[in-house]
Amino acid sequence: MKTLSKISTLAAAATMSLAGLASAETIKIGVSYPTPTHAWAAGMNWHAEQAEKRLEALYPDVDLVLINSPDPSAQASALEDLVSVHGIDALVVLPFESEPLTDPVLNVKKSGALITVVDRGLSQPGIEDIYVAGNNPELGRVSAQYMKTRLESGDNIVVLRGIPTLIDNERFDAFMAEMEGSGVNILDHKHANWNRDDGFEVMQDFLSRFPDIDAVWAQDDDIAIGVVAALKQAGRDGDGMFVVGGAGMKETIKGIMDGNELVPVDVLYPPSMIATAMDVTVAAFKSNGPVAGRYILGATLITKENAASFYFPDSPF
Amino acid sequence: MTETAMTQTPKSRFQNFDFKTAGPAIALILLCIIGFLLNPAFLSEGNITNLLTRSAFIGIIAVGATFVITAGGIDLSVGSMAAVIAGVMIIVMNGAVDTFGTGVTTVLIGCGCSVILGIGAGFINGFLTTKGKIEAFIVTLGTMGIFRSLVTYFADGGTLSLNYDIRGVYRPVYYDSFAGLPIPVWVFIVVAICGWLLLNRTAFGRYCTAIGSNESVARYSAIQVDRIKTWTYVLQGLCVSLATIIYVPRLGSASSSTGVLWELEAIAAVIIGGTVLKGGYGRIGGTILGALILTTIGNILNFTDMISNYLNGTMQGLIIIVAVWLQRGDWGRKHKNN
Repeated sequence: MKTLSKISTLAAAATMSLAGLASAETIKIGVSYPTPTHAWAAGMNWHAEQAEKRLEALYPDVDLVLINSPDPSAQASALEDLVSVHGIDALVVLPFESEPLTDPVLNVKKSGALITVVDRGLSQPGIEDIYVAGNNPELGRVSAQYMKTRLESGDNIVVLRGIPTLIDNERFDAFMAEMEGSGVNILDHKHANWNRDDGFEVMQDFLSRFPDIDAVWAQDDDIAIGVVAALKQAGRDGDGMFVVGGAGMKETIKGIMDGNELVPVDVLYPPSMIATAMDVTVAAFKSNGPVAGRYILGATLITKENAASFYFPDSPF
Repeated sequence: MTETAMTQTPKSRFQNFDFKTAGPAIALILLCIIGFLLNPAFLSEGNITNLLTRSAFIGIIAVGATFVITAGGIDLSVGSMAAVIAGVMIIVMNGAVDTFGTGVTTVLIGCGCSVILGIGAGFINGFLTTKGKIEAFIVTLGTMGIFRSLVTYFADGGTLSLNYDIRGVYRPVYYDSFAGLPIPVWVFIVVAICGWLLLNRTAFGRYCTAIGSNESVARYSAIQVDRIKTWTYVLQGLCVSLATIIYVPRLGSASSSTGVLWELEAIAAVIIGGTVLKGGYGRIGGTILGALILTTIGNILNFTDMISNYLNGTMQGLIIIVAVWLQRGDWGRKHKNN
């Protein structure tokens, strides 16, 4: 009995030191995000895979482990596995939902790993070392600024919103605040749920309801596709009418490069932010400069001039 | 109970029946009046055309659902089925461009593929329900998940888009009109007439009703219950494929968000129309009114800013309940007894 326990302690010690040896040699970084079920997330998945290939080629001692999960509890289990099975040194996580994943991420932090949170914040401050996110209010503001350059006082616009969520409210409120005092009439705003079909139907109804519309803020590229179809159906796509979407879908950006007058610009809310987060996390191990902190990406206005640098023809989004 | 009471007293049956028939129509007329009062543009030609065209998808699917529900079944998979059929249609048509060019042939191949898939998917639902002896709710809940994840898989999580050149050829199927009515509306009318004839003027329709009322009695009456029930699901699949054929040219794309909740809208349209959810009584005419009512609610909510956007679901829910209450409530019968 005694010898047996001695052997097992020895074995345990050996594995521990082996694991220690392994982690001394390679830097293991877990990347966890929701399973892509819509185009934007599929784009994120694609960019994460691209970043994995690029970073592993650049640094042979860096090993990135990509895991996607279909729901919050699966993601919580995935995080546990990343610690227990892979023994990660750092975690890049886009939480499914803030509330249920705060504790699991906190547990990963307790194991000593560096934490990078992407896009959706946790419900407790101070857990993450690095935070990378797009800028929702900025998306609304930049869209409104562009609208103001094209419109005059007395012009009419309609607004199509996303799914009623905090993200949608932040974008919408910032847009309305920026438009205030411009004299442009915002005829009405309706939710089109970031969905092409809903965008089409809501726009059809706006067109029946308002005989004079000068521009549309669709907030999102999917909605914008529905809006454009409705405008063309009603034959109201001429006369300087324009639609501003958002996100950075490759088809939209291609259109901007080709000089599409109906959708002349796009406002970036890039799925590639996961790649930024992976880069910054690797830099935490490789760079001689400090990297901890909050990285809020700009909501860049994509125009014909700069579109090429945001165009990824192989990405699903 | 209601049915026996109805057959016993022919005079009151007439009055009662009349109310039941008129319920959905009254609800629709009321909605139209409200819509017109909120904004006269509601009754403009453009908006009516939009409304009818939009109703066509749910309406066509709901005609199929009327048969399934009348025969005592349920199909939860129709929305996902529409999405996966749309996805495969797009893949097939894009693939056929190389061999068959961007002409009508490619579009016909896509449509043929849609019909085959619809019938096949419907048959699987029906076969598993009857021969597999699994409840329809579970079978179609399962296929709902399978179809939905398949379209996500085919689209690699993103969106499948139809080749731009085929879109030009296919586009008229949704956007063009014939004799003043858009083509989807014509398809809807033809499907509705065929459905009405099938349910009310053929042995198949009577068998569906009989099976829905009492499956055991139907079986003892030498009705081939399994075969008839399977046929209702095949019919449902065919309706889904027709709806998809007119849906794809609208935006030329399919993704995992295509057709989400169509199954509930179709079932709601059927029930609003007066068909009994537990089976045994079906009305095609009511189903069509039900589909129109559902689309009209959404349309009216877009025509006003009086109601907070966040309360759209509340309004829809209330109107659906009131529309069904109009025909089920006791108030019609009390009147009769006096």
